Amino acid sequence: MWHILKQIARTGIKTEPAPSPATEGVIGNRLQERILRTLGRALAIRHVDAGSCNACELEIHALANPYYNIEGLGIRFVASPRHADMLLVTGPVSRHMIVALQRTFAAMPDPKLVVAVGTCACTGGMFGESYATIGAVSNVIPVDVQIEGCPPTPTQLLQGILVAVSPPAALRPRGDKASAWTRHSRESGDPF
Amino acid sequence: MNLSALGISPATVPAAMQARRYAVDPMQLLAACRVAWEQGGQLVALWASDDSDRGRGLTLHVVLRDADGLTLLEHPCPDAHTQYPDLAAIFPAAARMQRAAYDLAGLQAAAEDHRPWIRHASSPDDRFPLRRDFATSTQWPSGPEDYRFVKVEGDGVHEIAVGPVHAGIIEPGHFRLQVVGEKVLRLEERLGYTHKGIEKRFENMPIAEGCALAGRVSGDSTVTYAWAYAQAAEALTTTDVPPRATWLRALLLERERIASHLGDLGALGNDGGFAFGLAQFSRLREEVLRRNAGAFGHRLLMDRVVPGGVSCDVGDDDAMAMRAQCAYLTREIGVLRDIYDEHAGLQDRFRLCGIVTPALARTLGMTGMAARASGVAQDLRCDYPVAPYDKLAVRLITHNEGDVAARVAVRFDEVLESLRLVAVILDAMPAGDIAVPLRDAQAYRVAIGYVEGWRGPVLVALESGPGNRIRRCHPHDPSWQNWPVIEHAVIGNIVPDFPLINKSFNLSYSGHDL
Ligand code: SF4
Repeated sequence: MWHILKQIARTGIKTEPAPSPATEGVIGNRLQERILRTLGRALAIRHVDAGSCNACELEIHALANPYYNIEGLGIRFVASPRHADMLLVTGPVSRHMIVALQRTFAAMPDPKLVVAVGTCACTGGMFGESYATIGAVSNVIPVDVQIEGCPPTPTQLLQGILVAVSPPAALRPRGDKASAWTRHSRESGDPF
Repeated sequence: MNLSALGISPATVPAAMQARRYAVDPMQLLAACRVAWEQGGQLVALWASDDSDRGRGLTLHVVLRDADGLTLLEHPCPDAHTQYPDLAAIFPAAARMQRAAYDLAGLQAAAEDHRPWIRHASSPDDRFPLRRDFATSTQWPSGPEDYRFVKVEGDGVHEIAVGPVHAGIIEPGHFRLQVVGEKVLRLEERLGYTHKGIEKRFENMPIAEGCALAGRVSGDSTVTYAWAYAQAAEALTTTDVPPRATWLRALLLERERIASHLGDLGALGNDGGFAFGLAQFSRLREEVLRRNAGAFGHRLLMDRVVPGGVSCDVGDDDAMAMRAQCAYLTREIGVLRDIYDEHAGLQDRFRLCGIVTPALARTLGMTGMAARASGVAQDLRCDYPVAPYDKLAVRLITHNEGDVAARVAVRFDEVLESLRLVAVILDAMPAGDIAVPLRDAQAYRVAIGYVEGWRGPVLVALESGPGNRIRRCHPHDPSWQNWPVIEHAVIGNIVPDFPLINKSFNLSYSGHDL
């Protein structure tokens, strides 16, 4: 026990301020404030791997490490879609995962948000559309926000998650082109 | 492997290590596999290809491995209705590969189990994606899945079905557990959910471009796959890679191993109920990834290995920072290892949990890191060292207990060894170019790449077509060999230990489903 406590004390606090939603760099803890304001310290996320190469999962996992400390921001990954406000979907959707993805989405209570994580989930990426994949997540369920990147970094993931939970007017990127996300309108481009 | 008794003579296969190929008929195929088994050989991979456009029907390819290197057996089947002999009686790992070969190319083994493996119920059973006349864009509607799982019957036996969507952030797969009370009687896996048609996607790609796709077969092993692919592409085109590039590749490969083992050590602590371990190891892993981003421009090192060399060099400042990081990590891991070893609760979960005995490991053809925890003394970096491993004298790490604790111990030992290697590589790396352009490939040649990643050996078999394009590429993940082993490892354990045992193997779904 003594060694554990010593190691904890020696390590100190590694958590960094979260990134702002619209810029690449880390500038203050705006994200934290906004998530707290918008969600009252409770955003519950369900993740579905719909056919990814598994590297996107590695970076989603990284959000939980002490540097990003996503739980400290009031964001939790939950085991059931019934508890989730947001669905994070990775991968070009494989044909064999279509039904599971649709059912997970259907099981979430309204209102619900869908974030497509990674180039594959946004466009089909390198795997494209074929006999085995139907490409972008938006081909299967309505998507609110897309986070590009192969895989997106944890910082880009946090930014994208904030974009999804912020009201649209507040979201214009501030003049720089380097935003890793795009927002989709549910009215247009909904395949159902 | 000595197959002279069969009266067949070998041709050499271009590869970074010794590799021979034999054309075999059904009797010779069986005989060669038996000889291989008796001589201590293993099945590495099995796949089928359609050569009907060249007037040759279908071909079965089987790769075996023994102390002499690789042996590629090619069995031509003039007509799709002839079956080839079932190899699963000799190599149990062949069973699923044979089923997958049928699903994808429509070439069937004379086996009893003809259930689909990669193909799920929605796919028509008379269309085979790897046939030359199959259009990639072919579509069909999704349908319900109806797979015949084996059932255990008896008093108090019930079934637990999990997946494909799991509670955590992991890849999709389905598991059926038959249990009595808490005790697992039987586990059956159902994979294939992440099948993305990767092998079809490779067809006709320019050889130089295939490397990026190979690097996304299983993203957690992107360096391993890219290097295996590059080895095959370079052997195929007789391209000589500059020495510095091989050293940089080894640097990337060892850093991939370090990052992965650190992540697993944390996750295993967490699954054993010790969240402190996850916090500590995920912190160290993040520090490695950040150093990767700083030194190489990508946290997970994707697209850093390219055919002909590497796409990034290391400057003096980055080398110095990496050396310092190695020393720091070695110290930290030492402290954490003591804490893990002394933590009674954790050791109680790890020890005697999910045992795979050395004898079972050999029978099932287990491979890679998990096999080394069951006494299988194999590591490509030691067995057939390609440059620069011929100069690094990698320490082969094995443990014999075969339980979760042994798989944890192998990771601890290996991560420390990789930290040592990184420091040595940084000191000994020669100066010079880091890449050359890939030369032209002759059409219809086959080459093999084979690289020991953190999970185990990854094989890439690459066949060229005309115009420097890929005719057929088969990437093979060590998970193929080890997934069936988990079904054995969980027997007699309690249900809550299943996630821990599964994590201690940490197998790839994407790399397996292709
Ligand atoms: S976006 Fe890249 S990292 Fe993510 S699943 Fe696709 S290939 Fe893998």
